[in-house]
Amino acid sequence: MNERWILFKRNVTDFWRTFRRNKLGLIGAVLVLSAVLVAVFAPAFSPYKPTDVIRDENGRGLTFAPPSVHGPLGTDDAGRDVWTQLVYGARISIMVGFLAGFIAMFIGSLFGITAGYYGGSVDTLLMRITDILLVIPDLPLMLVLVATMRQMDLHISPLIVLVIVIGLLYWTSTARLIRSQVLTIKERQFVARARAIGAGHAHIIRKHILPQIMPLIVANTVLILSTAILVESGLAFLGLGDPTQPSWGTMLNFAFDRSAITNGAWWFYLPPGFAIVWVTLGCVLLGNVLEEMLNPRLTEHHLEGEQHMVSLPDAQSLSGSGSEAVS
Amino acid sequence: MTQHDLLEVRDLYKYFPIHQSILDMLRRKPPNYVKAVDGVSFSLARGEVLAIVGESGCGKTTIARTLIGLEEQTDGEILFQGECVGAQERRLRAGLAPLESAGTVGTREHLALPRIALKRLRQQAQMIFQDPYESLNPRSTIFEIVAEPLVVHGLSRSRGERAARVKKALEDAGLRPAEDFSMRYPHELSGGQRQRVVIAGAMVLQPELLIADEPVSMLDVSIRAEILNLLNDLRRQSGVSIVFITHDLGTVGFFADRLAVMYLGRIVESGPVKEVVANPSHPYTKALLSVVPVPNPRLRRERVILQGETPNAADVPNGCRFHPRCPVVMEKCKETDPEYKTVGDGHQAACWLI
Ligand SMILES: Nc1ncnc2c1ncn2[C@@H]1O[C@H](COP(=O)(O)OP(=O)(O)OP(=O)(O)O)[C@@H](O)[C@H]1O
Ligand code: SF4
Ligand SMILES: [Mg+2]
Repeated sequence: MNERWILFKRNVTDFWRTFRRNKLGLIGAVLVLSAVLVAVFAPAFSPYKPTDVIRDENGRGLTFAPPSVHGPLGTDDAGRDVWTQLVYGARISIMVGFLAGFIAMFIGSLFGITAGYYGGSVDTLLMRITDILLVIPDLPLMLVLVATMRQMDLHISPLIVLVIVIGLLYWTSTARLIRSQVLTIKERQFVARARAIGAGHAHIIRKHILPQIMPLIVANTVLILSTAILVESGLAFLGLGDPTQPSWGTMLNFAFDRSAITNGAWWFYLPPGFAIVWVTLGCVLLGNVLEEMLNPRLTEHHLEGEQHMVSLPDAQSLSGSGSEAVS
Repeated sequence: MTQHDLLEVRDLYKYFPIHQSILDMLRRKPPNYVKAVDGVSFSLARGEVLAIVGESGCGKTTIARTLIGLEEQTDGEILFQGECVGAQERRLRAGLAPLESAGTVGTREHLALPRIALKRLRQQAQMIFQDPYESLNPRSTIFEIVAEPLVVHGLSRSRGERAARVKKALEDAGLRPAEDFSMRYPHELSGGQRQRVVIAGAMVLQPELLIADEPVSMLDVSIRAEILNLLNDLRRQSGVSIVFITHDLGTVGFFADRLAVMYLGRIVESGPVKEVVANPSHPYTKALLSVVPVPNPRLRRERVILQGETPNAADVPNGCRFHPRCPVVMEKCKETDPEYKTVGDGHQAACWLI
């Protein structure tokens, strides 16, 4: 175990050394981490509850108070503190986004690995399902799904409905990406060696396929998270969120419903929009950089490209450009 | 049970179907095959080393992969310690009816023979792959790689015992001290060291049979001899039998007992190494031997440089498959395939000149 720990530490250090040099990745990480911290420690960032109504000296609700009058971001139409709502909304947006993202990642990886590894008719079947999901327009499908699930009286929170619907729809790109990666990995000689020493499918997938695609899964998950948060905001903006637990999308929905724009209350609708951009941009930056760093196609090239004794000149120039892309 | 050879291969065929276009299918063109292995028979006694020599693409790797069950043979029998390896691909065989009607396929007795479980086969027979840069998982440590066969077969379950066996295998393979290597990753090792790791992983189960597919062809010339010496030592210490695949006749004499020369999916000459080298009967063997560097210049033979294109396993010539390139080709060769004839003690060749 001690040796494993040393190895683990070495891997993490190696990773950090490369990651640290990448400005965009660092920015992305800071954006994402700050939002997650705010979400987790929301009460520490505001003295109020999101439902508290701020009142003036006369005890009247302070409606549409601009930031100059109250707090950092003013109040909404019912006199509630916008900053507080933003901070607590982070919890909902990030939680729904992350849960949905993880479901999508899990289904996508499962489909991708199964299709790529087993091939044949399993592959065809799974990929047909993926294709069908890919060609159906997302938004109408989600609206229909959310609406029907609500109709069904399942007694589950609207947020869970969102998690399930988003999670069940956004795994297709992950599945395709992972499948194509698995297709190349399973043809590699170390997999043949594993088979030749008698390893079964479970062992090969666990010890040889997963470790190669894990980095890709991690990078892809971060990207999926941004999509999930964005989609959640969109659906919540259309009024499919939970009004008792407002996410950033729900806040936008409220703002538009209660004519924040005609009232010129920019502090009501700009901050949630900005927060959504903050987190999704962070995820995209971080995810792209991780993908670039960890994608086996890009990283292993320079380690193994030159060893092939018979390589065509253009194959060599290809591997050359591959390693340039990494550095 | 009768005394079996460790390995016996009879009339082994491995055809890969070539993908057909829909148009070809509509025209009812007969399916075409890459005849990677086209009727190969040989046997291997316990403790023996058989070298299979042939140029690139003649089907050596395909034989190796079929022996270990990574490919299913199209037809033919592989008997490992008297038990069958693999079944035949029935579907493909249905398309290969002419083979059977031509009577090339031997008895069907193997249908009655017990089939060896793949798991047991892969415990007793181990394969060394051609490319040491590709055959090690880049994300496993050397320890994990060498211990993997033990893990897969559920052997030496206690941590200490496993560590001891891995250590011994690594040191036997010349990676000393083992502690310096076990926690490293493959990319930190040189090609020669990697191939030693592969060998350690193959020997950790103390197999009966080692199938070495061009174990040194991807290595620097300077370290090839080391690896060959290592294999030779291991064979002497453990008595493991080896099927040693190579395209370089120069490395064969040094430790193989018997030699099989392959051309385009078939063995054209086989026999004890000394006998075949001293008295080659097939024109192809002669050509191969003539370009092997000989230490004594006075013994140098006249070089035979083969003319013609390298052969294509998808389009095997009629008659003797070597005839388009044979320097002494006759009319007869273009029509009929020569049978094996015995040239000397255990020495056979297939050529009309004999
Ligand atoms: N999976 C496959 N599908 C189709 N054709 C194949 C397959 N594997 C091998 N072949 C073909 O079978 C023939 C024999 O290949 P094989 O790899 O056995 O040759 P080899 O003697 O090992 O050559 P080398 O010295 O280059 O390793 C080749 O023509 C090859 O293209
Ligand atoms: S049979 Fe004919 S073509 Fe074939 S090797 Fe002998 S002489 Fe050459
Ligand atoms: Mg080969």
